[in-house]
Amino acid sequence: MSQPQDKSRRNFVGTAAVAGAGLGTLALAPGLHLIQVSEANTPSQGASGKVRWGMLIDTTKCASGCDACVKACNTENGINETLKDARQGSQWIRKIDLKNPKTGQEHSLPMLCQHCAHPPCVDVCPTGASMKRADGIVLVDRHTCIGCRYCMLACPYKARSLVHLPLTNQNPEVPRGQGCVESCTFCVQRVDKGLKPACVESCPEGAMLFGDLNDPASEIAQRIANEKTTQVRGDLKLNLGVRYQGI
Amino acid sequence: MKRMLVGLAAILLLAPVFATAGAPKPNVIIENPGQCIAPTAEMRVNHMKMLNHTRDRTLRQGIRGEKASLNGCIDCHASKTTGSVLGKDGFCESCHTYAAVKVDCWQCHQPKAGYKHAEAAGVKP
Amino acid sequence: MQTALTNRLEGPSFYALAGIGALISLLGLGAALYMETSGHHVTGMNNQVFWGLPHVFAIFLIVAASGVLNVASIGTVFGKKAYKSRGPLSGLLAITMLAAGLFVIMLDLGRADRLVIAMTHVNWTSVFGWNMVLYPVFFGLVGLYVWMLMDRKMYAYSKPVGVAAFIWRLVMTTGTGSIFGFVVARQAYHSAVIAPMFIIMSFAWGLAAFLLFQSAMYKWHGAELHESIRKRLNGLLGVFIAAVFYFVLVYHLTNIYYAKQTDFEQFILLSGGIFPQLFWGGFVVLGTIVPLLLLFVPSMQRSAGAGTAAALLTIVGGLCFLYVFIIGGQAYPLDMFPGMEVKSTFFDGHIDNYVPSMPEILLSVGGFGVAFLLTLIAVRVLPFMPQDDIAKLQASGALHD
Repeated sequence: MSQPQDKSRRNFVGTAAVAGAGLGTLALAPGLHLIQVSEANTPSQGASGKVRWGMLIDTTKCASGCDACVKACNTENGINETLKDARQGSQWIRKIDLKNPKTGQEHSLPMLCQHCAHPPCVDVCPTGASMKRADGIVLVDRHTCIGCRYCMLACPYKARSLVHLPLTNQNPEVPRGQGCVESCTFCVQRVDKGLKPACVESCPEGAMLFGDLNDPASEIAQRIANEKTTQVRGDLKLNLGVRYQGI
Repeated sequence: MKRMLVGLAAILLLAPVFATAGAPKPNVIIENPGQCIAPTAEMRVNHMKMLNHTRDRTLRQGIRGEKASLNGCIDCHASKTTGSVLGKDGFCESCHTYAAVKVDCWQCHQPKAGYKHAEAAGVKP
Repeated sequence: MQTALTNRLEGPSFYALAGIGALISLLGLGAALYMETSGHHVTGMNNQVFWGLPHVFAIFLIVAASGVLNVASIGTVFGKKAYKSRGPLSGLLAITMLAAGLFVIMLDLGRADRLVIAMTHVNWTSVFGWNMVLYPVFFGLVGLYVWMLMDRKMYAYSKPVGVAAFIWRLVMTTGTGSIFGFVVARQAYHSAVIAPMFIIMSFAWGLAAFLLFQSAMYKWHGAELHESIRKRLNGLLGVFIAAVFYFVLVYHLTNIYYAKQTDFEQFILLSGGIFPQLFWGGFVVLGTIVPLLLLFVPSMQRSAGAGTAAALLTIVGGLCFLYVFIIGGQAYPLDMFPGMEVKSTFFDGHIDNYVPSMPEILLSVGGFGVAFLLTLIAVRVLPFMPQDDIAKLQASGALHD
């Protein structure tokens, strides 16, 4: 999606949000506010289409050799299995070192699911197990994943892994298992509690910023509006949720 | 012909009775009696329906904190001796084995309560 | 009518052949069960090359299944009488080879136990999702078609069904090609030429499979294929082989033309070890040049075995091509950062050295076993043996039309 369209969509969503909020206030009884409803042990509202979660990674701050984000991800999501062939292990986030052979310039950056607005993995999934939540988080529904790996063929970022062996002792909040494909979830179990993804919190340099790309007041939206950012393989026009600086 | 059909129907109806007469009833241990989210009769009939609907809402719509949840079941029903809902006397397995209903939960879900969530350096729980 | 030919394969030789087919199929099934319970770590596949040998064999069988129906189509849709007696066998092979291809690809799934989910939850933007309609309808149409070809009372209806089956198989193979053609992420794929290339390949591979099985059947029956029919079929195979080569040439030339793809072409055609070896040695020499010589050089052409040998080599060449196309396409790293040297703990920037493991090989070859066994049983039970009335064909001028 090109930039102007993106903005007009944001504006539209913003207007709709204001209108919706107005209606909501009118409809509620006096003294009863939305916040109280959620405090009384009822289910949360769920992912909102008004929000688009995104991440901005400043590669100038990212240190080569540091893998705090990878470790935090593995701990949070219970990725602790070891395989004889490392190529068969799952990597939700990995560190990539880049070197420009002409100038010798080097970069280091974490690579993870880019949470595309137009995710090829969702397009190609035969069962609809690959899906995108209303708030832009791309997930695999392991209840319907058949392990065909077509999404792995379609992903331009090598962000997906097949679980190659039976698993035990998973984090109850992060179910994952043999024969299904998986990838970074932006730590959806944390985001739904109002927390940031584990990688973002763990970064000792503060190189990773998480926020709502649709909220013009958010730090991430401000920085993307005012600073130069890059989408990896921008030529594919997938409108990525993860943006990079410094490459 | 009619008699044959009646006979066949009788066999079909009675078959489960004969079949189960010999099988030992499962030893279902309720660790926290009286605290379930719905009466036993309803839970017996509908627990999988509840879980199926919740799982789709949680995963696809991000709705959290619903009444029915697999982790909620596990936390309350895990055996105090083994810590799990599986195993011979485990809450889920004992009954599902008896009823010969195979479930497809445990390749991905953790059947034990009390998971120690390891905290990564610098990450708030 | 020549009725001297027995219709069926009789006696111990049938059981011996069926036993071999069953053994190969069962080994494949056992291997799949082992992969399914242990997880895919017992295969050579990994998170870079996640479609391995089973996919090469399965896609070969699925593409050839569509193409093998051509023989029937030429008889029914295009009215060539010499092909008409071959219609039933052609339809039968289409069904058994598609079944065998699906056997391999389904059993290789990470969750093969979830076949029902694949059929009840369909995402219509996915080419794999379309397959949930394309394959069952193909089975149904071809089944109906074979019935109409074999039942005198129904023969009058065989033309419309034959036309429908012909169109459907073109759609189906367009789908198979589009599995790769629509993938934007990788250098090897994302090309509009892939779908038509797969259709032409289906013509060649399908006809080769047909000729191979037909020659085996004639051997079992101690019969000989009439020379003019043999020449026609061989000539057609030659044309298809040449057409496949043309499409492969165009596919690579288009890639070479785009500057950003030249590194990939350099890899797959020159520097990539096993891949260029299989491409040049397997596909070009064994699978294209040698069969063309066998089929068109007059001194070789005359030998009765030339067509069979050419058919066998076409299949070998096809498998080599798919190995290079599918596995080579994944082994070459994704180009996320053009112009940069890339290193990571997940083998970014590395060329993968995939080596298939024994269970994968058994499952893959098991697919051929399933196709062979199913076809063998069918030709034993029903009269699929092509019966040519040469005198009548000659009299009507249909032998050479």
